[in-house]
Amino acid sequence: MSSLTVSIVRTRVANTASVSAAFTRLGYTSCLIDTAQEVEYADYVVLPGVGSFAAGMEAIRSHNLVEPIMKRVSAGRPTLAICLGMQLLCESSEESPGVKGLGVLRCEARRFNKPSLRVPQFGWNTVAAEPGTSALASGHAYFANSYCIEQPPPSWLCAATMYGTKFVAAIERGSVVACQFHPELSGGYGAGLLQRWLTMSKEAQSCSRVV
Amino acid sequence: MLACRVIPCLDVNDGRVVKGIRFKGLRDAGDPVERADLYAQQGADEVVILDVSATPEGRSAAIDTVSSVRSVLPIPLTVGGGVRSLDDALRMLDAGADKIAVNSAAVNRPELIAEIASRVGQQCVVLAIDATRSANAEGRWDVVTRSGTNRTELDAASWASKCVSFGAGEILLTSFDEDGVGQGYDLDLIRKIANTIEVPIVASGGASNAAHMVDALKAGASAVLAASIFHDGASTVGEIKRELQKYGQEVRL
Repeated sequence: MSSLTVSIVRTRVANTASVSAAFTRLGYTSCLIDTAQEVEYADYVVLPGVGSFAAGMEAIRSHNLVEPIMKRVSAGRPTLAICLGMQLLCESSEESPGVKGLGVLRCEARRFNKPSLRVPQFGWNTVAAEPGTSALASGHAYFANSYCIEQPPPSWLCAATMYGTKFVAAIERGSVVACQFHPELSGGYGAGLLQRWLTMSKEAQSCSRVV
Repeated sequence: MLACRVIPCLDVNDGRVVKGIRFKGLRDAGDPVERADLYAQQGADEVVILDVSATPEGRSAAIDTVSSVRSVLPIPLTVGGGVRSLDDALRMLDAGADKIAVNSAAVNRPELIAEIASRVGQQCVVLAIDATRSANAEGRWDVVTRSGTNRTELDAASWASKCVSFGAGEILLTSFDEDGVGQGYDLDLIRKIANTIEVPIVASGGASNAAHMVDALKAGASAVLAASIFHDGASTVGEIKRELQKYGQEVRL
């Protein structure tokens, strides 16, 4: 067992039990956090999310977590955003017009709108990671989403998936990773991603301490 | 490309997996944690747990079973049976469910679907429909509830449509007539519902081989659920998926 603890943001609109169980299976402990102080400074933070864009933002705002999340993402502190958690990084979403997102990514989350496509997308789809990624890899991941980011954001490494249209399956920049799919539900593929995110974040931190 | 999903279903009664025919004559089929773990290792794409005793006896689905299964299961878990309120649904999610299946309680009070969906999202809400061919009209299916003990006046297609507008993100569509019989899914029922709504359909009730599953997928299902063939050891999930691939279906192996 490792002494490392993963902090999961308690948004009350997420399957935190599944996220927590995934880290336990890897041998890590996890806890739920919801204060600004914890979210800004915890070593490893997961921003999970199922539910609507508006409900997710409301949960973040009501706990005063907008600034702490922005600060840790811009500082590159180890952060993993999952599903809705990734969409919350956008400026807005078609799902909740008029609701402002975190705005880390300069784009809007869009609804899958090809005719004959079943929405939500439920199931295992093929992820193709671009060369040079550390946490992201190619393989089958489990998705449950009606909305997505269509264009890869500049200055992030990216993995892509097809569902009627090509969309962004996941992005990484240093120790910050965001996945449209659910790594906690993606079997061995997902476990591998979680492990790599923790390992590379840990290495990055020990490097910066030495420097 | 999105793969079709093969979903073993654990009907759970008093902490044990059971299986019957047309929801009756339940026989023991093992421990839910061992079964879920085994099926995940065989390549199951999701697991469904239905507490079959919950509604008739008026109690909630087994929280302990859900949390024990969650601790070993690295794939999505849908839980149904006895979910009658938003609080019931939240307790299931806290115990480790990823999706909540609602059946009888929604028939009694369809607003329940909207309450759960607005709190935790459409992708968490599965409408479970148990349907039987109508004795009175061709091309019509009646919704049955309370594990098949109660036949309602609801037309399955309009019921599905109404619940999707309330926020159901998926339909778990069980043919009461074919359940446990092993003669294949009710394909007319799948076609009818698939043409009515845009959310994914999980076909359930009647499969005994991969060919039955291919028929259901071609009829419009996005996923196929089965219980007996896996519990009885007739096929592993992996064997079924390799056969589906031979039939030209996209699968995750």
